[in-house]
Amino acid sequence: MNVAVAKTGNGRAVSDLFASAAGRLPGSPSVIAVRREAFETYERLGLPHRRIEEWKYTDLRALVGEVLPLAAAPDAAALKRAADAVKAHAIAGARKLVLVDGVFAADLSDLKALGSEVSVKTLREVLENKANPAAADLLQTISSDAVISLNAAMATDGVVISVADGAQPSAPVQLIHVATASSASSFTRSHLRIGKGARATIIESFVAAGKTSAYQVNDAVILAVGDNADAAHIRLMDDSPDAVNITSQFVTVGANTKLNFFNMTTGAAVSRLQGFITLAGEGSELSVNGVNLLQKTEHGDTTLVVDHAVPNCVSREVFRAVIDDRAHSVFQGRIIVRPDAQKTDGKMMIRALLLSDEAEADNKPELEIFADDVSCGHGATAGALDDSLLFYLKARGLPEKQAQALLIQAFVGEAIEQIADDDLREHVIGIAERWLERRQ
Amino acid sequence: MALLEVKDLKVRVEEREILHGLTLTVNEGEIHAIMGPNGSGKSTLSHVIAGKPGYEVTDGEILFKGEDLLAMAPNERAAKGVFLAFQYPVEIPGVSTMNFLRTALNAQRKARGESEYSTPDFLKKVREVSKSLNIPQDMLKRGVNVGFSGGEKKRNEVLQMALFEPSLCILDEMDSGLDIDALRIAADGVNALHSPKRAMVVITHYQRLLNYIVPDIVHVMSKGRVVKSGGKELALELEASGYAQFEDAA
Repeated sequence: MNVAVAKTGNGRAVSDLFASAAGRLPGSPSVIAVRREAFETYERLGLPHRRIEEWKYTDLRALVGEVLPLAAAPDAAALKRAADAVKAHAIAGARKLVLVDGVFAADLSDLKALGSEVSVKTLREVLENKANPAAADLLQTISSDAVISLNAAMATDGVVISVADGAQPSAPVQLIHVATASSASSFTRSHLRIGKGARATIIESFVAAGKTSAYQVNDAVILAVGDNADAAHIRLMDDSPDAVNITSQFVTVGANTKLNFFNMTTGAAVSRLQGFITLAGEGSELSVNGVNLLQKTEHGDTTLVVDHAVPNCVSREVFRAVIDDRAHSVFQGRIIVRPDAQKTDGKMMIRALLLSDEAEADNKPELEIFADDVSCGHGATAGALDDSLLFYLKARGLPEKQAQALLIQAFVGEAIEQIADDDLREHVIGIAERWLERRQ
Repeated sequence: MALLEVKDLKVRVEEREILHGLTLTVNEGEIHAIMGPNGSGKSTLSHVIAGKPGYEVTDGEILFKGEDLLAMAPNERAAKGVFLAFQYPVEIPGVSTMNFLRTALNAQRKARGESEYSTPDFLKKVREVSKSLNIPQDMLKRGVNVGFSGGEKKRNEVLQMALFEPSLCILDEMDSGLDIDALRIAADGVNALHSPKRAMVVITHYQRLLNYIVPDIVHVMSKGRVVKSGGKELALELEASGYAQFEDAA
């Protein structure tokens, strides 16, 4: 087998990567020590491959091969290109926070407009604050997953957002990741805290400036939602068609809280969103949904673990994948119900629509239930468009592609309609419509 | 003037010939009834005219307004004015009836080189038409045919007929699954749409429907051919004597 060879190759590449990036990685000596440890973990594991159960369908050694060198800090020309991309992808009314090639860009961000109830720091400034003995905690690896260790080792920047207890900021915050450097990597890590009783919406967008190509994104998000809060988290991943986006999310939900999450994947050659969500307080409602729109040879993976750690919580997951050409969609969803988590109500439904004979879908729902008084269920389907519906629409005058588009819209609509905010829901419907128009 | 000319049509489905040389001419403004026992090929004929996949035409031709209908995709046929009212209209969850109607109407208009309806103009038109057919507005907000009763589904077909203004309407077993009141309502809708320019082809098993939609010409189909044509009295004759007498004629 060539696995050993690949590992050696990757290990060497990473050593170079870490050594050459040393001057770019913020942090006091204690922070650097944490980075080094994380990096050594990564070096020992190498890129995840198919023999690691969680990565069975997304073999990064085969799909990605190597980690590209760290992107240079953006210069004035890069920031100018990024500004155009930000303009194109900014959501009306949202307060923007912009990361360009893994570096916070204050001039492109709306820091002043945020007001006092939403505090924003950069990851860099927190890590560099020698007076903060807990700074290194921001780089916790949380799990033994190699890409998360790599993220901890290499994160150049990110945002640390705190929405104050009881705050209800009128505008959503939009965190925009812009890539301007081709054939380079960026590593970002953000900490989002939504205080007790707060009501807030956070949007994340991943985009490329102009024709930026073949770049790699490794992002981590640590989100903590306090008790009695009402939070929405929308992620729109529209990286360039030959990019790689690996994002890891760690979410903790307090008691009597609502969290409405939605992910839209319309870009990247290889993408994986892995989310680890813990319901840590009773009486909360979690809604986790998403749509993957994949074409050509794109590979889109959504892997979620919803952990019911306490009783009396509800979780709902609705995912839809539309897979054209030779694209490959992966959905792995696990619901864990801990022994104490009685009266848990957890449901997960994943449906894949295959638009070509060569399209592929791997759906893997799992339930791990350790409590005895729960209501949990899951379902997974994969299939083609229904010929009888297509003929009905064509017999009413719709050309083939338009008939398909109408049925596809209805298919993804079942997930999109889970977005609680009207404006954001319309925005996401628009993204799906434009994807379908490009198909026609 | 001849609207639809089916000439010596032979059709196969998976190696089995269903239509063995069928000839039929429908002129503008005429109402034709096609009757016949199960398996005589009535529905096959309607499907082939509408362009449903899975049927292989091995011989013959179909002209619509003098043009080769078989060379057109189903959506092109619709835009030219062919409308098939389905025996079992499909349910399309997630697509509102209103969105479906507007998309279909504008697709047909676009194909004909006509301007597309703006949303307010469309709403005005659809309100007018649905009011004239006694179709409640809330039905239009629901998914296409989702949760509709048999009667509602057929009324939705009639609504589309009224909205798209086709020149040829083929009603495939419109009476199946309808009680007598629903049948009357649907038939009234069809009658209201009949005009000197618009022809109707009513495919039915039973004479019952023809009490409500009165045909000019009745055809009897058996074993993939039209074996007898006559006036509306032919339907009554069939009702009395059954189809058996034609089984041998074919």
